Amino acid sequence: MTAIEILGLEKTYNVGFWRKRPKCALRPLHMQVEEGEIFGFLGPNGAGKTTTLKLLMGLVFPTSGSARILGMETHDPRMRAQIGFLPEQPYFYDYLTARELLEYYAGLSGVPAKERSRRSQEMLERVGLHDAGGLQLRKFSKGMLQRVGIAQAILHEPKVVFFDEPMSGLDPMGRREVRDLMDQLRQEGKTVFFSTHILSDAEALCDRVAIIHLGELRGIGSVADLTSSAQNRVELIWQGPSVPSSLRALGAEPHIAGSTVRATLLEANQDAAIEALRRERLRLISVVPVRASLEDYFVQKLKPTEAVAGGRQ
Amino acid sequence: MNSRIGLIASNTFREAVRDRVLYNLIAFALLMSGAAILVGQISIDIERLVVINLGLTAVSLFGIVIAIFIGIGLVSKEIERRTLYTVLSRPVRRWEFIAGKFMGLAGTLVVNAFFMAIGVFAALLYVSHHFQASDRWLLVALYFIILQFLIITSLALFFSSFSSPLMAAVFAFALFVIGTFAEDLRGFGAMAKGVVRWLATGAAYLVPNFSALNVISSVAHQRPVSGQLILYNTAYALIYTLMAVCGAVLIFERRNLK
Amino acid sequence: MKASRQTTLIASILLVACLGGSVLLLRGLDRVRSGATLEEVLYVPSPQALKRMSLGYDGLLADIYWTRAVQYFGTKFHAGAEHYDLLAPLLEITTNLDPHLIVAYQYGGNFLAPKPPHGAGMPQRAIQLMEYGIRNNPDDWHLYYQLGFIYYMDLKDYGHAADAFARGSRVPNAHPWLKLLSGFMAERAGDINTARMMWTTTFETTYDKSIKANAAAHLRALQVDEDVTKLEGAVARYKERSGHLPSSFGDLTAAGMLRGTPRDPLGNLYKLTSDGRVELQSPDDFPFVEKGTPPGYVPPRVPKLLPTD
Repeated sequence: MTAIEILGLEKTYNVGFWRKRPKCALRPLHMQVEEGEIFGFLGPNGAGKTTTLKLLMGLVFPTSGSARILGMETHDPRMRAQIGFLPEQPYFYDYLTARELLEYYAGLSGVPAKERSRRSQEMLERVGLHDAGGLQLRKFSKGMLQRVGIAQAILHEPKVVFFDEPMSGLDPMGRREVRDLMDQLRQEGKTVFFSTHILSDAEALCDRVAIIHLGELRGIGSVADLTSSAQNRVELIWQGPSVPSSLRALGAEPHIAGSTVRATLLEANQDAAIEALRRERLRLISVVPVRASLEDYFVQKLKPTEAVAGGRQ
Repeated sequence: MNSRIGLIASNTFREAVRDRVLYNLIAFALLMSGAAILVGQISIDIERLVVINLGLTAVSLFGIVIAIFIGIGLVSKEIERRTLYTVLSRPVRRWEFIAGKFMGLAGTLVVNAFFMAIGVFAALLYVSHHFQASDRWLLVALYFIILQFLIITSLALFFSSFSSPLMAAVFAFALFVIGTFAEDLRGFGAMAKGVVRWLATGAAYLVPNFSALNVISSVAHQRPVSGQLILYNTAYALIYTLMAVCGAVLIFERRNLK
Repeated sequence: MKASRQTTLIASILLVACLGGSVLLLRGLDRVRSGATLEEVLYVPSPQALKRMSLGYDGLLADIYWTRAVQYFGTKFHAGAEHYDLLAPLLEITTNLDPHLIVAYQYGGNFLAPKPPHGAGMPQRAIQLMEYGIRNNPDDWHLYYQLGFIYYMDLKDYGHAADAFARGSRVPNAHPWLKLLSGFMAERAGDINTARMMWTTTFETTYDKSIKANAAAHLRALQVDEDVTKLEGAVARYKERSGHLPSSFGDLTAAGMLRGTPRDPLGNLYKLTSDGRVELQSPDDFPFVEKGTPPGYVPPRVPKLLPTD
């Protein structure tokens, strides 16, 4: 079943005070997210990720198009009870303690009064804040606020969670924990939709990703499908100071470090290269396939328009 | 009342309390005790008059300042700090948010006014050693002051729903001043002609009319307040407040929260 | 995806209903507490205190009180009031807040002193107001004129009136008639032309519409009184000469005692009754006339002041 269905969502802002000029934040966007998957929404800063999330949350109204979450309209309160949202760089009522905030939000999400305190305590433990529950949020660090933000998003056991830049402001340990948490959510059968500009996070977690740039969808699919379209390469490492000229002819770009040499070349030329090394009696240390990364794909997808955009300026 | 409105209202109240809004009560208590002691010394039969006039005026001014300064931030501060995102992405309708905010601040003001009223009665007891039958009209005057708070709060909320806190404060305060002289504005209108007359009269009916809600000096002179006036004032204040809240809802319902 | 249509609809309907309701309630409030705001002046301990409390915005407050005074008098006047208790305090507060608001003194002179229903019937308060005005504006001849006017019209105290006009005539740029009026007080105090001169001065030198209308009505009344006296004199002479009353003004014209058909200041024909009296066609349009009214005529409770323009 489809968890999120975006049908031609478009947003144009009017900027300027006197003479309003339209500024397109999101071109008509069509996509679907299936139930139970972790979906990464990738793009550089200012690509339209946050706008899309705000449209889905009903915080801004689309210029045209519509979206359905769990088969319901975005303003439907019944649907809102079943989703969780972590905004980018979240900021909360700083006069409340973390526990009070979670209990308040639990109430707003319709969690019965009896369960609110138990649920809040559970969430604090789950995001590693069990010691800080009684502390006012004004005393929280950025990373702690991010954790509170995650807690409030999953507090009411939503079916679909939306995270806007969930790893930002976290230290490496924290990022690891958030990754694990998202994985757990998937195992619990929840749909996770998160935006990020950090590709390794997406690569490690996502079933599928979409790449958005300048308000436009540039690619969508599973990480494996997207990366396989890029050509595969291998990395050869051998000992001995010389680089056979036939190897250079195969397009290798060697890096010499002391007595070891490292060179990458297309997988298709792998056998010819090994043959050349044997002929020169050089000692082969390793042959490692280099998997095309999401980064390569990403760079490749963004380049053309940037060139065009650059040319326009 | 719907439970979400109640939750938002009580959270608004909690915010006011934690932001030390009720500290104004200390200033008020100092003012009242200072005044009571001072008039107690100079007494020439007007102690009651001075205590009532000063006390009720202070209740009204303190409350109005609080209503404006909290009211203007009710919505705009939440947008600015983006605390609204995590509220409105929950099953909370936008009108519920506005209604909850209004009730929270109104509740804060009523509690505040209650404590100040105790202060006024205490000062009155101090200077005149007993209560009189006519002192019950003080309660009516206080009730009217609370009705004023409702109107001011709803207006501050209305302006807060579309403009920056500073502008909202300016608008709300200006309307408070104009509203105090609304009857005179109608007087000006009646003296003008043609378009000006229509505009002035229209404006005079649109701005909140506070003159009928101010019975401080008449109560200080122990004059009774007619039941009919209480009835009309109650209806007027509630209807005007509802109107301003509806305006706020209509605007907020359409806002893009950037 | 749009703003909730249901909420919008309900909020819009409520808004319009509340707007209508609030207007109706305000009208109701006006009925319940007519003049309650004005009665506040009774609680003002002193105009000086109010001035201090106005925090420097005394000019604006003076304008507000001035409007209240005009509204108060105008509303009560049109309701045919017999008492104008608040007019004096309102004017006193106004002039205390802004001692240079000349029109307020003029208004006081014209409406505070005359007897009800034409005014508040408080000539002494009016005189105090003028003397206060003169102390603050010694170079404004209007105030001396107004003072003399009150002595002359309302108190018939010609000595003090002459004195006031004489004081005023010494002020630079004073109206030249003040000197004449001062002289007239001694010998021709009851003369119709003296009265006419005074009302003309008032009419010509005020910008206030109600003062102007009042002066115009007085001037018309003086004219009617003069016309009726002349016409009835002619009728009497005709009867003396011919032994019987004229049947119409035409008889008087034919006898060479009258030129043309006589008309009142509003352009209507005078009536000649069968018993030889001259009457106005519509005496209600001439509030201050002493002659030309039918026998047993009761003037309307609310004097009719026609607009001047």
